[in-house]
Amino acid sequence: MTSLQEMTYTYDDLPRLMSLMTGDEKHTAAATSTLDVLWVLYDEILNASPDTMHDPGRDRFYLSKGHGPMAYYAVLAAKGFIPVAWLTDWAAFDSPLGQHPDRNLVPGVEISSGSLGHGLPLAVGTALGVAAQGLDSRVVVLVGDAELDEGSNHEAIELVGALGLRNLTVVVVDNASSTYNRPGLVERRFRTEGWSTHAVDGRDHAQLREALRTQNRPTVVVAHVERKS
Amino acid sequence: MKDPRTTFARTAARLLDEDPSVALVYAEISGQYFGDAERRHPERVVNVGIREQLLVNVGAGLSLAGMRPIVHTFASFLVERAFEQIKLGFSHQDVGGVLVGSGGSFDASQSGRTHQAPGDVALVDTLPDWTIWTPGHADEVEQVLRAAVQGNGRDYVRVVAQQNHEAYPVRRGRFHLVRRGSGATVVAVGAMLDPVLEAVRGRDVTVLYAGSVRPFDKTALRSLLTVPDVVLVEPYLAGTSARLVDETLIDVPHRLLSLGVPRTELRRYGSPADHLAANGLDAAGIAAAIDRFGAEAVRAA
Repeated sequence: MTSLQEMTYTYDDLPRLMSLMTGDEKHTAAATSTLDVLWVLYDEILNASPDTMHDPGRDRFYLSKGHGPMAYYAVLAAKGFIPVAWLTDWAAFDSPLGQHPDRNLVPGVEISSGSLGHGLPLAVGTALGVAAQGLDSRVVVLVGDAELDEGSNHEAIELVGALGLRNLTVVVVDNASSTYNRPGLVERRFRTEGWSTHAVDGRDHAQLREALRTQNRPTVVVAHVERKS
Repeated sequence: MKDPRTTFARTAARLLDEDPSVALVYAEISGQYFGDAERRHPERVVNVGIREQLLVNVGAGLSLAGMRPIVHTFASFLVERAFEQIKLGFSHQDVGGVLVGSGGSFDASQSGRTHQAPGDVALVDTLPDWTIWTPGHADEVEQVLRAAVQGNGRDYVRVVAQQNHEAYPVRRGRFHLVRRGSGATVVAVGAMLDPVLEAVRGRDVTVLYAGSVRPFDKTALRSLLTVPDVVLVEPYLAGTSARLVDETLIDVPHRLLSLGVPRTELRRYGSPADHLAANGLDAAGIAAAIDRFGAEAVRAA
């Protein structure tokens, strides 16, 4: 018998892990806009694992768009940060897993989020802080396209461009859910402020990997996924 | 006499020199005082521009990376404009930091309501576990900033131009006994001490000085109380500490007079002294209020 610790999960296990939370077989996983980005980050990009959780030199992932965190919890479970058994009673009174994640309750969760427009400004401070300590860490923050409505993001986008922070990456998961969205607007905003800007198919792991792999200046990856239905 | 705000800036610069984990984040305001520190420590002194939401969360993000941030602008923009960032960036993440708000209720008397923050302490006080420092002298600003930065908790330091003529030792959550009397107990917060001492001249009352008002020193108030009459004199929203007096004296029938800045907008300019007088927080106003409260009559009875 294989112990839980020894089990390795793959991308194909994520629908089953998510179904422990949603009770629905396949549909929710497929429809979750952040699933592929999260998997590629944790599987191939980030220097972040249960073993390096407290290492000052680890990479940081900030899930700013805290809504709909099932894919995040599924990936954290698959990668061994949290027990799979936690998934079944999520959002219950005694569960550490809420509808918005809390860093003080969930191992591996780097920021508590839920209110939109906080993750990127926090990530700017962390990117400055790790650089000031001479640490070789990347800070990757995931926001939604509608989250960019919040003006606090634009304060951050401007400052990061001006300072040229080399260790900060923003992934915008763009399902065109902003009421006033216009094609290409997200990319134009970041490019205007001097960010290295990549638009990719947010379901295509090879494209995500390629865009996320290298970093030598402020980088945004706009991961386009199907429009929110 | 030293100026509290420049003393803050000079002390912050020294702390940056002494400790590589200290960072300073500001939003244009007070930039004229930070030039040398910024040249010496460009990686740890960050001006975010006129962006206060970013200011506070950059401070919190630095703390998440293991740094000890000092975060500074006028209190109105630091606490009132960016309050959700304080609530979520610091308290909800559960990270530490030192917020330094300048201006208080009266420094910007000629600027109008936009630059005045009489609600700052009350707002921070809606959150748990913040130490609130209210230094009433430039020398206390230096003591307090050092104590705050050398700790690892959440600290709000209220720096205002008005000063008492004498500095006292300020310790976290501790009041200082200035004089002992047999009548009411007057708690003077920050720069309210000088007008309070003038107001109670010739009156047989106890005066406690609060250079740190959260945690609220219930032990001192309780142990030094003679008659159960308490007068709070706070240089911000009236009644901000009233609930703590009531908690302290929950089993003692008591009377409380809460002096401070009312909710009503003054809509006047002029000097800080004009504003203190208009709010009844000069010596004459405080004396008149204490007379009305009848502290002396209670003592005589």
